[in-house]
Amino acid sequence: MSNSIIETKKLRKSFITKAKGKKQLVEAVKGIDLEIGKGEIFGFLGPNGAGKSTTQKMLATLLLPSAGEARINSYDLCTQQQDIRRCIGYVSQSGGTDSLSTGLENLVLQARLYGLDEVTATKRALEFIDRFQMSSFAERRALSYSGGQRRRLDLALGMIHHPDVLLLDEPTVGLDPQSRAYLWKEIRHLRDEGITVLLTTHYLDEADKLCDTIAIIDNGEIVASGAPTQLKDDIGADSLVFGFASEQTARQAQALLAEKSPAEKTQAEDHFLHLRLSQGEQVLPALLRLLDTRHLPVQSISLAKPSLDDVFLKHTGRSLREDHVHG
Amino acid sequence: MGKMKTLRDTGLMFRRSMQHTLRNPIWVFLNLFQPLLYLFLFMPLLKSLGGVPGLPAGKTVQVFIPGLLVMLALFGSAFVGFGLVDEIRTGVIERFLVTPAHRSAILLGRLLKDVVVLLVQCILITVCALPFGLGVNLGGFLLSLLLYALIAIAMASMSYAFALIFKSEDTLASTLNTIALPVSLLSGIMLPLALAPLWLRDLAKINPFSYAVTASRALFAGNIHNGDVIKGFIIVVLLALVTFWWAIRSLKKMAA
Repeated sequence: MSNSIIETKKLRKSFITKAKGKKQLVEAVKGIDLEIGKGEIFGFLGPNGAGKSTTQKMLATLLLPSAGEARINSYDLCTQQQDIRRCIGYVSQSGGTDSLSTGLENLVLQARLYGLDEVTATKRALEFIDRFQMSSFAERRALSYSGGQRRRLDLALGMIHHPDVLLLDEPTVGLDPQSRAYLWKEIRHLRDEGITVLLTTHYLDEADKLCDTIAIIDNGEIVASGAPTQLKDDIGADSLVFGFASEQTARQAQALLAEKSPAEKTQAEDHFLHLRLSQGEQVLPALLRLLDTRHLPVQSISLAKPSLDDVFLKHTGRSLREDHVHG
Repeated sequence: MGKMKTLRDTGLMFRRSMQHTLRNPIWVFLNLFQPLLYLFLFMPLLKSLGGVPGLPAGKTVQVFIPGLLVMLALFGSAFVGFGLVDEIRTGVIERFLVTPAHRSAILLGRLLKDVVVLLVQCILITVCALPFGLGVNLGGFLLSLLLYALIAIAMASMSYAFALIFKSEDTLASTLNTIALPVSLLSGIMLPLALAPLWLRDLAKINPFSYAVTASRALFAGNIHNGDVIKGFIIVVLLALVTFWWAIRSLKKMAA
């Protein structure tokens, strides 16, 4: 418990909205429990409107929770906001770059707002300009920046005061693949420095490849959480398909592997053999060797892991990928 | 400690806003275009009206300029909320709210910039009006600048409060126009209210800025120790305090 840097208990947020003159209570976040360890990349995965950003805004002290408790660095979210502000950095989806100022001016002001004097703030700003390779454009006004350049500045602004926790709202939305890869690298680098990163995303691959732990959030509730691989393993077995020269070989291989492999299920179809087994990538080399010693040469292999979309589908009954397509 | 921090943060925010203005000073002068048009194209019309109540013959400029400066203070500051709407949308304000920076400093820095810009404009207009025979009492003029600064704080705070509540340029524009036109018509800016029928004069009494115009004219005439001046100042100070409190409240409410 005490190892977690972010801890929430039954955190809730409801808004009162007026629709057609009628006041309506909208529960955006319905009781979220979190325990996030230091130096973790934690991802909220969910469709738009699931409550990811609202939860993050509460943790960023931008929204007051309607109920529940939360602690960051053991400071209470409702009563010690100023202490929390000093140890967190927040980068919203829109970023918050002042486009009429230069990158350098943006950074210096941000550092000064955290209490640094002009000299230290400038020094710190230059360090970040160097670290994020911004020197070619840092003296230009931010309105001329490309999406990737602006995102780097956004990230630097969120980190200028060396926070323990960095909150990133949809950090890679709208970025080209190159900028995206760069940002992922930087985020991993932050984790290596011991910084805890809490990000929201609706990209499956981002949650899968970048995050150590994810929480799948839907309709304001966490429906599943854990390491991406663990969540996928919980879904069940991998699907492994061997291709052989003939139907006969495939049948021989089936007879062999049904007995000698940990496969839950084997099925021969034409000259293909379908296997369902867990941790396929670890079992695969042994299976290949076994088939080879019995002179059953494999001509093609395909191994498919369950995806996070399968996980999402299992817990919500919907596919996140579809949701993504529709907006 | 708390006060020092507010001052320091206000200074930082002021410097940022001022940098924006100085980098694009064209806006300071574009705002001057309208009052200058009034000075050159409207004031000559008044000359032949001299002698009617409230507009002594040969002294029309003395009545017109103090009113024009109040108008500049009103309209020059009324639309500052547009810049804020833009910074709300692009997340700049949210970014400041996540820092430990003092809440009120975020608005105070902007207000201070608005005041500086207005004072420069007021001085420029006054200088332009000197060849038309404007008489200036230095003490009165300095006090009138303070009065305009307070008007600007009141109007700009209102504009910021609306910006924080609506977060949209369209709603802000129509709201501000709806307020600004009756306020200026009912304040005797263009022509003294002495010319108005009784019912219109009574109506003007509920407009706080009509007292500011009266005070402004008294100050230009050098009547510093005058009941109208004191009344004008009290009303404008109260208005500035209330609107500033409202703007701060709206800022804090945005994050709730």
